[in-house]
Amino acid sequence: MNKNVKQAEKGSVGIVEIQYFTFGHAPDELILSNGDKLGPVTIAYETYGTLNSEKNNAILLNHALSGSSHAAGYYSSTDKNPGWWDAYVGPGKAFDTDIYFVICSNVISGCSGSTGPSSINPATGKPYGLDFPMITISDMVNAQYHLIKHLGIDKLLAVSGGSMGGMQALQWTISYPEMVNSCIAIATSASLSAQGIAFNEVGRQAIFNDPSWNNGKYYDGEVPRAGLSLARMIGHITYLSEKHMHEKFGRNFQDSGAKVKNLSSEYSVESYLRHQGIKFVERFDANSYIYITRAIDHFDLKEDYGGNLTFAFENVEANFLVMSFTTDWLYPSDNSREIVRALRVNGKNVNYTDIVTDNGHDAFLLPSDVIEKNISNFLRSEFRKSIKQV
Amino acid sequence: MTVGYDLVLDEIPEQAKVLDLGCGDGSLLVMLQEKKKVKGFGVEISEEGVSLCVEKGLYCYQADIDDGLSDYKDNSFDYVILNQTIQNTKRPDYVINEVLRIGKKAIISFPNFAYISTRSYLMFKGTMPVNELLPYEWYESPNIHLLTISDMKKMAVAFEFKILEEKNFSYTKKGKSKLVKCFPNLLAQYGFFVIEKMDQ
Repeated sequence: MNKNVKQAEKGSVGIVEIQYFTFGHAPDELILSNGDKLGPVTIAYETYGTLNSEKNNAILLNHALSGSSHAAGYYSSTDKNPGWWDAYVGPGKAFDTDIYFVICSNVISGCSGSTGPSSINPATGKPYGLDFPMITISDMVNAQYHLIKHLGIDKLLAVSGGSMGGMQALQWTISYPEMVNSCIAIATSASLSAQGIAFNEVGRQAIFNDPSWNNGKYYDGEVPRAGLSLARMIGHITYLSEKHMHEKFGRNFQDSGAKVKNLSSEYSVESYLRHQGIKFVERFDANSYIYITRAIDHFDLKEDYGGNLTFAFENVEANFLVMSFTTDWLYPSDNSREIVRALRVNGKNVNYTDIVTDNGHDAFLLPSDVIEKNISNFLRSEFRKSIKQV
Repeated sequence: MTVGYDLVLDEIPEQAKVLDLGCGDGSLLVMLQEKKKVKGFGVEISEEGVSLCVEKGLYCYQADIDDGLSDYKDNSFDYVILNQTIQNTKRPDYVINEVLRIGKKAIISFPNFAYISTRSYLMFKGTMPVNELLPYEWYESPNIHLLTISDMKKMAVAFEFKILEEKNFSYTKKGKSKLVKCFPNLLAQYGFFVIEKMDQ
């Protein structure tokens, strides 16, 4: 708890608002990896800090599966929930908004303002649903590219993200090598493990089996609440380590005074998961969950480059900070080491550290002095070096 | 200055590509970057060490050097440095072979277990020596493969590598390295070798 207080003292970006950028009007639609066209495309984004006159202090943050453009700050003075990376984004924090111009955008196929399956399909005047085209991590990055160009930025000081956000960050360094000065990839992988795909599939099946899902056509009726909240519950299990879960909940009952154990007595861990599931349904679209988890499953830098990850990173120009967590079993440390090895073989500049923590995959979202120090020191030296080079 | 830094600095040419194995807080690499403009990389086993390297603007990855070298291509570096590290590795034989493969040259410096005061400590006290060179009790020592200057020469024959230079030294109170040319295996605190593979 002390750590949280310390983070809060570092300062908040305050009240922020979502901005929108729309591009890809016919006939200049966004061409997707599978050849399909998507347009017009709207990207919801937020920015924190100020772009300097040299335009060399811009950092792009990429969110994970359930994230949004809301990385930091609050939407109103009564808003109690800060952005998803508020621990690390703000004045004096790792992504120091007194120094850097920080951008975070909602991925396409998402449901927090960017074009996705819940958006209106201009061809029909109705929500896309399953008519929305298949999106890849690379497509998400290509859409972000248009936003970055729109903001007048030719080169990003850094791209950063954890989990699926890390996948996007890696993809950025490969798709637009000349536009990325450095990359911070946390708890991520060049391809998701079979185990990861398996968990994603169980989540999707939970949604498919909800009668309200109706093949994705539920926007004018009841949404598949039960399916989506179950998918979220399953996800949450994979984000925590066994130890963290044990320490957080143990075998405690939610109602500690209950003397009789019966079928309906609820363990704390059950009530936590259910609460997470219910909360999630309020803010997330089931079809987006399906599209985004599919994009994560299909992401495979090795496959893209003939089965050899070394080739994938051959032409990257960025310098890297890669971090993994000892108790992350969804994106285990070996996944990060594989990335680091491929970068090293190519003679790229890379820092790697495997951080000791009990927090599992979730660790990248939680306050940590080590993460904070590594990010802020890495950014400071990358910023200094990038200025020297010019 | 820390043990052997001055000798390493003398040996490394300007702008060399250098890998420091067991780079700790990165202070040797910083010195090499400042004074020799090297392109330096580090490998360090501890999370704290990596953080300190990142703080200094170095590139360092956390790995055990016993199994962290195999993916480098042959001759990836002008120099690979093992400064006071070889005696900490689980498989020095494997590490030496890998270092010779990935580096055009290697610098290996280590505490000489045959140094006179270490020898006499063992001789007269009959316990594992604990002194300024080897400041650990046996049960807490990271030094799991102690060796002597003569051992390194024997290894050169057995592993068929060339010794290009030998600058065995003792460490003076002023923090400088003093070369020991006369009976180094008895009188030098540290061994210092520059080596390369035979067919080069």
